[in-house]
Amino acid sequence: MDSTMKRKSLITSDILKYALGQSFVKLNPLIMIKNPVMFVVELGTFIVLLLTLFPSVFGAEANFGFNLTVFIVLLFTVLFANFAEAIAEGRGKAQANALKQTKSDVTANKVQPGGGVKQVPATELRKGDVVVVAMGEMIPGDGEVIAGLATVDESAITGESAPVMKEAGGDFSSVTGGTRVVSDQIKVRITNDPGESFLDRMISLVEGAERQKTPNEIALNILLITLTVIFLIVVMTLAPIAKYVGVDLEIPVLISLLVCLIPTTIGGLLSAIGIAGMDRVTQYNVLAMSGKAVEAAGDINTMILDKTGTITFGNRMASDIVPVGKATVEEVSQWAAVSSMQDETPEGRSVLEWVRKEGYTFDDKIARNAEFIDFKAETRMSGADLTNGWKVRKGAIDAVKQWVLDQGGVIPADLTDKGNKIASEGGTPLAVAVNDRLLGIIYLKDTVKPGMRERFEQLRRMGIKTIMCTGDNPLTAATIAREAGVDDFIAESKPEDKIAVIRKEQAEGKLVAMTGDGTNDAPALAQADVGLAMNSGTIAAKEAANMVDLDSDPSKIIEVVSIGKQLLMTRGALTTFSVANDVAKYFAIIPAMFMLAIPEMHVLNVMGLGSPMSAILSALIFNAIIIPLLIPLAMKGVAYRPMSASKLLSRNLLIYGLGGVIAPFIGIKVIDLFVHIWI
Amino acid sequence: MNWGMDLLQIVIVIGLLLLIVKPLGTYIYHIFSNEPNRSDRIFGPVEKGIFWLIGLKNRGDMSWKRYALSLLLTNLVLTLVGFGILLTQRWLPLNPNGIDNMEPTLSFNTIISFMTNTNLQHYSGESGLSYFSQMIVIMMMMFTSAATGIVVAIAFIRGLTKKGTGLGNFFTDFVKAHTRLLIPMAIVMTLVLVGLQVPQTLDATVQAHTVTGETQQIAIGPVASLESIKHLGTNGGGFFGANSSHPFENPNPLTNVLEILMMWCIPASLTYTYGRFARNQKQGWIVFAVMSILFAAFLSLVYVSETNGNPVLNTIGADTSQGSMEGKEARFGIAQSALFTTVTTSATTGTVNNMHDTLTPLGGLVPMSLMMLNVVFGGDGVGLVNMLMYAILAVFLAGLMVGRTPEFLGRKIEPHEMKLIAIAILVHPLIILGPTAIAFLTDLGSGAITNPGFHGISQVLYEYTSSAANNGSGFEGLADNTPFWNMTTGIVMFLGRYVSIVALLGVAGSLVRKKWVPETIGTFRTDNKLFAGVLLGTVILIGALTFLPVLVLGPIAEFLTLG
Repeated sequence: MDSTMKRKSLITSDILKYALGQSFVKLNPLIMIKNPVMFVVELGTFIVLLLTLFPSVFGAEANFGFNLTVFIVLLFTVLFANFAEAIAEGRGKAQANALKQTKSDVTANKVQPGGGVKQVPATELRKGDVVVVAMGEMIPGDGEVIAGLATVDESAITGESAPVMKEAGGDFSSVTGGTRVVSDQIKVRITNDPGESFLDRMISLVEGAERQKTPNEIALNILLITLTVIFLIVVMTLAPIAKYVGVDLEIPVLISLLVCLIPTTIGGLLSAIGIAGMDRVTQYNVLAMSGKAVEAAGDINTMILDKTGTITFGNRMASDIVPVGKATVEEVSQWAAVSSMQDETPEGRSVLEWVRKEGYTFDDKIARNAEFIDFKAETRMSGADLTNGWKVRKGAIDAVKQWVLDQGGVIPADLTDKGNKIASEGGTPLAVAVNDRLLGIIYLKDTVKPGMRERFEQLRRMGIKTIMCTGDNPLTAATIAREAGVDDFIAESKPEDKIAVIRKEQAEGKLVAMTGDGTNDAPALAQADVGLAMNSGTIAAKEAANMVDLDSDPSKIIEVVSIGKQLLMTRGALTTFSVANDVAKYFAIIPAMFMLAIPEMHVLNVMGLGSPMSAILSALIFNAIIIPLLIPLAMKGVAYRPMSASKLLSRNLLIYGLGGVIAPFIGIKVIDLFVHIWI
Repeated sequence: MNWGMDLLQIVIVIGLLLLIVKPLGTYIYHIFSNEPNRSDRIFGPVEKGIFWLIGLKNRGDMSWKRYALSLLLTNLVLTLVGFGILLTQRWLPLNPNGIDNMEPTLSFNTIISFMTNTNLQHYSGESGLSYFSQMIVIMMMMFTSAATGIVVAIAFIRGLTKKGTGLGNFFTDFVKAHTRLLIPMAIVMTLVLVGLQVPQTLDATVQAHTVTGETQQIAIGPVASLESIKHLGTNGGGFFGANSSHPFENPNPLTNVLEILMMWCIPASLTYTYGRFARNQKQGWIVFAVMSILFAAFLSLVYVSETNGNPVLNTIGADTSQGSMEGKEARFGIAQSALFTTVTTSATTGTVNNMHDTLTPLGGLVPMSLMMLNVVFGGDGVGLVNMLMYAILAVFLAGLMVGRTPEFLGRKIEPHEMKLIAIAILVHPLIILGPTAIAFLTDLGSGAITNPGFHGISQVLYEYTSSAANNGSGFEGLADNTPFWNMTTGIVMFLGRYVSIVALLGVAGSLVRKKWVPETIGTFRTDNKLFAGVLLGTVILIGALTFLPVLVLGPIAEFLTLG
């Protein structure tokens, strides 16, 4: 995983430049109104500016220096929030620009109805057009290979440098625009109109152009707006009430109180958190079609995983050799190896590997100039006829048994039992024979990828149930399931079974995630709440899914779940932090507001802040600088380790809840020590 | 001054409450679970008769909109009938003392006050209402408004805990709240109160001749029956102007304890009912625990503050060993007064056995804060609903921190619910702080203040807080029987009651239709201590911080500047 994950440094100078510019562009009230919390701050900033420039307009007592300082701090509060959003967007933009470069200036060899080939710009291609792409040329658009076979370099999209094979028909027929053919020539039927290609969608996604607020973000926004309105009421009603007891509150002071109380911290960082969450998914080389899908991933209750390719390597490999009759392990190993010397199948290679790994020796000279016999469906055996006339065979037990009998051999009595035992454990037994002697059995089994067990353990700790789907018989499936540590499995599963399981889980109110690549997975991918398609898969699968893994690593769904959870946690943590901050801000501002008229209020000045003005400014400055200080956290997300909800909550409450109460007391006090030097 | 005895008195009352919560909560669950149970045999026939009488044939589930509409229309009809009676009581029967018709703005205020379970009184019962009005308008409303609150809680709980589309049937709920809960309890308690010397008569005012030869008018009437429902229904409107400090309403410490328990028992027990409906008793206990923690904290504050007395009196050498007894009844003392004040404002009853205007500044802060929070037990039904609203809010904030879309009792909290909750949490500060500011901007408002300075802020703030929380107790120093106060508090009481009821029924209606998310180890639990802490924090951060600035200007400034 780490090799394909292209961790870019958090901020480059280009991004920084872009973000600084955008911080000012976003001051435009028409843009700002989309973020109501910050819009209120901007409005307050504007009013304080007016008061600073034309103190007489409001008949307010002019305290030019104080008002100007309040204005500057407020302006920075808004700029910091804009900067946070812009920097998150900037990273997406940088990625998009790199992608756009691959897109530009491609010419296509379009096949004319008459049969000739005409050069046209890629942008003129329409759905259904057929193009020819030769070695060294860029594929002009998304499509399906209809003739030929070629290797394609997809590194521009996937970051994976090894070229992949594409051929007509089957599950490896889809090609992506912007990738390069590195050998041979293919005919491709274009499947998208311009602007709708995979690359186009990817660009607009990483650019954030298509970003829509997710339901959770909307709900949180409603809460933030509500808090803002509540504090607006609090501050607006305070002036007439205070006036009754002879306390005159000036407008800049009231605006300072308002800005400190409304949740500017989370308000300023909210969209940055969302954009950065999507960005983190992209950095894992997963393309999420919407932020909603990423959040849904955090809510997943059930995960449906294909056995082959996801949980196991997908090919049966030798894991043991069992002698029968009077034969020894050494003997069986030797002949098993000899029979596999020219066997290019994964099973065959795994036999040689096993023998070497276990340290058994065999004489490879014996097989010199031997005639090798490939595996055939009719014979269900492969092997070699050696120059000394000996014949070696390995294959299905029945077939080898018959072959030995045909040569007049005797079958050892323990063969059937040992064969059945392997089959019952989910393995595949292959018999090994030399001439008329049946020597033993190669134990082939599908091997669970390393680390999968731990990952399923993690998922269990997150409260996610895993279901394995496999075409194997129930016995084999049970063995693999036990070995991998999945919670449940479906044996002999057909594509319809997957949909049935998804529907059943969903009927219980669960959210289901699955991965798939074939066309027959498409309906299930569409039905699942989170469908992760493999980039190597068919167009149909990619269309149906709401995420595509560019590295085609199905186990990556687990990372996506973590990112989804992290995204929600970051939002919750910063909201809690923001609201908890209000306690300290109250203790800074309230005594400061009333102290002149009611000197006894000084007992509430628990922080011992220097002067009323310095207290208000310190609270305001803390409120402003906390935004840029938290940008890295918003971008990276709060740390997430799989653990139970209760533990997770206690931990986050301690850091962001209690921390949110305490931090501003310290922060405001420290700032006051400096500010108080001047006022 | 023996604080040990005081503590004992308080602990005994709280202990009695704890004994009541489970049986009463279970009983209320059985009333509204709509499953056959033993009480059907006694009440079934009566209810069938009532259903037949009111022509209620369709007793099926109602959508939240129909439920809310039925509730509003029923309340409207009752309001109009009562309004008519108050305006014409002079010509109606049962008026032996010849009491005149009520002034229109006062009638407006009074009828809304009683319909909304507030029972703010800008009149004095003995001189402003005929017996007919007391019994038909005031007492009837005391039953119907309490029943309204209770069925709202039940409908809300159903929304959180049941599957389907409806919240139950408003009319059957409303009738059953009367027949099985309020009426039987009120009858029993009336008899007990009569046994404890509370008058119950339709005779006119008694004339007494004092030893000095003067004649004295002693107001009496059907007091005991009003007293029982006044407390059971968390209503609070007194038969007499002096409310439960009047010796006929609350003659002795025993009746005092009974009245405390009567107003406390239903709001407290509903938390248990909620646990039953949620099929997880811990859910209910957590809510109860959070309410109790806040209760204990506020009770301690008022008790300590009243015991310490007035620092000014202390410095001039007056004997204050009894604590601050100004405005309190000698027969109750500090402990029973402090407990009564805390219960009546947490359960938003509004009945008083001492004058809250004369509480010490921090003592006066307690009833005000409890009404501002409006979630510590709260009025019949609505208190629980408000607390559950905060629970949803707490789940939303903290639930995000476990990395899942927040869910409460298996239901996802999404934008639609947040919008409705936003309305409910916005309205409370708006209708308290808005009118308070307006009152200070006009002479109509600030002119009513009898005690200027910081205490004046408390007087006005208290009046609107009490109205908004549908409590009804007054900082009685305010000269509030004027059209300005009658109209503004009337509007505040109305909005305080119905806006949040409708919004929260909407939340319930939306949640009931949601798919249940099964509970896993990754689910944020709402039935453990951790959640109790989160809920407490949410109530304090969102509910209390809102009011801190005005509280600082009112009671806290008064406290700081005193002595």
